[in-house]
Amino acid sequence: MNPMGASDIVIEVAYIIATALFILSLKWLSSPVTARRGVFAGEAGMVLAIVGTLLNRGIVDYKWIAIALVLGTVIGIPLGRVHMTAVPQRTALSHAFGALCVTLVGTAEFYLRAPNVPKFLMAVLSMEVILGSLTLTGSLMAAGKLQEILPQRPITYKGQNLVNLSLLGIAIIVAIMLVLDPSRMYLYPLIVVIPLVFGVMMIIPIGGADMPTVISLLNSYAGLSAAAMGFVLDSKLLIVAGALDGASGLILSVNMSKAMNRSFTNVLFGAFGQEQTAVAGKEEAKPVRSATAEEAAAILAAANKVVIIPGYGMAVAQAQHKVRELYDSLTKRGVDVKFGIHPVAGRMPGHMNVLLAEADIPYDKLLDMDEINGDFPQTDVALIIGANDVTNPAARTDTSSPIYGMPILDCDKARTVMVIKRSMGAGFAGIENPLYYLDRTLMLFGDAKGFVGNIVRELSGGGHS
Amino acid sequence: MLAAFIGFEVIRRVSPLLHTPLMSLTNALDAIAVVGAIILAGEHKSTLATILGTIAIVSATSNIVGGFIITDRMLRMFKSSGAKKA
Repeated sequence: MNPMGASDIVIEVAYIIATALFILSLKWLSSPVTARRGVFAGEAGMVLAIVGTLLNRGIVDYKWIAIALVLGTVIGIPLGRVHMTAVPQRTALSHAFGALCVTLVGTAEFYLRAPNVPKFLMAVLSMEVILGSLTLTGSLMAAGKLQEILPQRPITYKGQNLVNLSLLGIAIIVAIMLVLDPSRMYLYPLIVVIPLVFGVMMIIPIGGADMPTVISLLNSYAGLSAAAMGFVLDSKLLIVAGALDGASGLILSVNMSKAMNRSFTNVLFGAFGQEQTAVAGKEEAKPVRSATAEEAAAILAAANKVVIIPGYGMAVAQAQHKVRELYDSLTKRGVDVKFGIHPVAGRMPGHMNVLLAEADIPYDKLLDMDEINGDFPQTDVALIIGANDVTNPAARTDTSSPIYGMPILDCDKARTVMVIKRSMGAGFAGIENPLYYLDRTLMLFGDAKGFVGNIVRELSGGGHS
Repeated sequence: MLAAFIGFEVIRRVSPLLHTPLMSLTNALDAIAVVGAIILAGEHKSTLATILGTIAIVSATSNIVGGFIITDRMLRMFKSSGAKKA
């Protein structure tokens, strides 16, 4: 081993500091107050690590590096400026980019080192490339579905799981063969191509409402493949960053699957969307009580405590700014307004919070399911906007219901429930919601944005008491 | 391993309020894979490695830049009801 030069020591120190900054960055993200400092720490760590790397004496030519860095920045800036409703597909796309990077580096490393690749190295390299390439196509598919370029309906066929699992199985067997004898270089393309196909197949059966889980899962895969790359390149910094990403993705997907009452193994094997529910024999139309914007406004104005439950329907209708106006005018009247947010509301974890924050609703009014559920019995009005399954009390009581056991927002415990909905159609899971037939429930039929707007107008127009 | 464990503990404490920024931030951090790509593109060991490395830098850099910009944009929107802003 040649002795460490001064630049090597500088690089080493830069990497250690960068690692520490990354961990601090996530620590600060735990509270909205310090979160922006967290982003700054992340940026500082990143700059330090890149500068440190550029000092590496092995680098003989900076031309391509410079071009690539500039090009990446040019692509990155518009990706950082997308509309907030488009954040899920942007995130999926960036998972794809990350996975592309990892796969390409892994491939290059393989061809540089082959056929003399040590067993351990080959094993982590295979893991890196398999996870990387399946994340690449999987994320592209997810982004396509979210952007509605691809059909959102889940596409299923018989034996789907068998096909998918055997694809993955073959990829792993090929990888093992390569580990045992890395000189079989002709096998290498297989551990890229098969997972690429698998990535597509994995996302085909997934519908829009499962996206929060899928995105978290892909996030985790992207992180794990980067961590594997860290082992290949013997870079502790990369191992830590990858592990952080992998861990956060994993935690989020476990959260999401819990919130959907899916077992985690079910999610791990990409077998979601499978539990297609047959709607149990349509019962005859039961009576529901509906109300106009005027009546709804009067009830809201008379309330002391209101909890608003937003769902993806609100985001689709772009109603969040109208909801803010409603929040403002009720707060001005001294009504205590809070928001109850289910973990799977929206198209990715925490998406609903971002949309409401964008509409200038203070974050301390946005409460998680566990925080808000105790409040419902003291709540005068629960106003549901574009949410359905997450409010379905059948999940608590009806053991035959497909969503039985799924944690829900207990809005049925509020004194009055109001539901803004376009029609009586069932939600994504195709399940009847008994909440709508309660005596205390008022259905407000209409487009979320228009209806909330009407309520606001009633509140401000007929405002004199 | 220790770092991963600390990371795990830290992330578990992030409130659901900030899960979307969390994901975009870890995504940006993950793009630190760019260091591997930089060395690959700069070493000139083979043409293939240089080409793949260069593409890898482009994709990772776009994640770094885009990821940090959007995370910061999102976090700037989170305001407490106490903080009155002009």
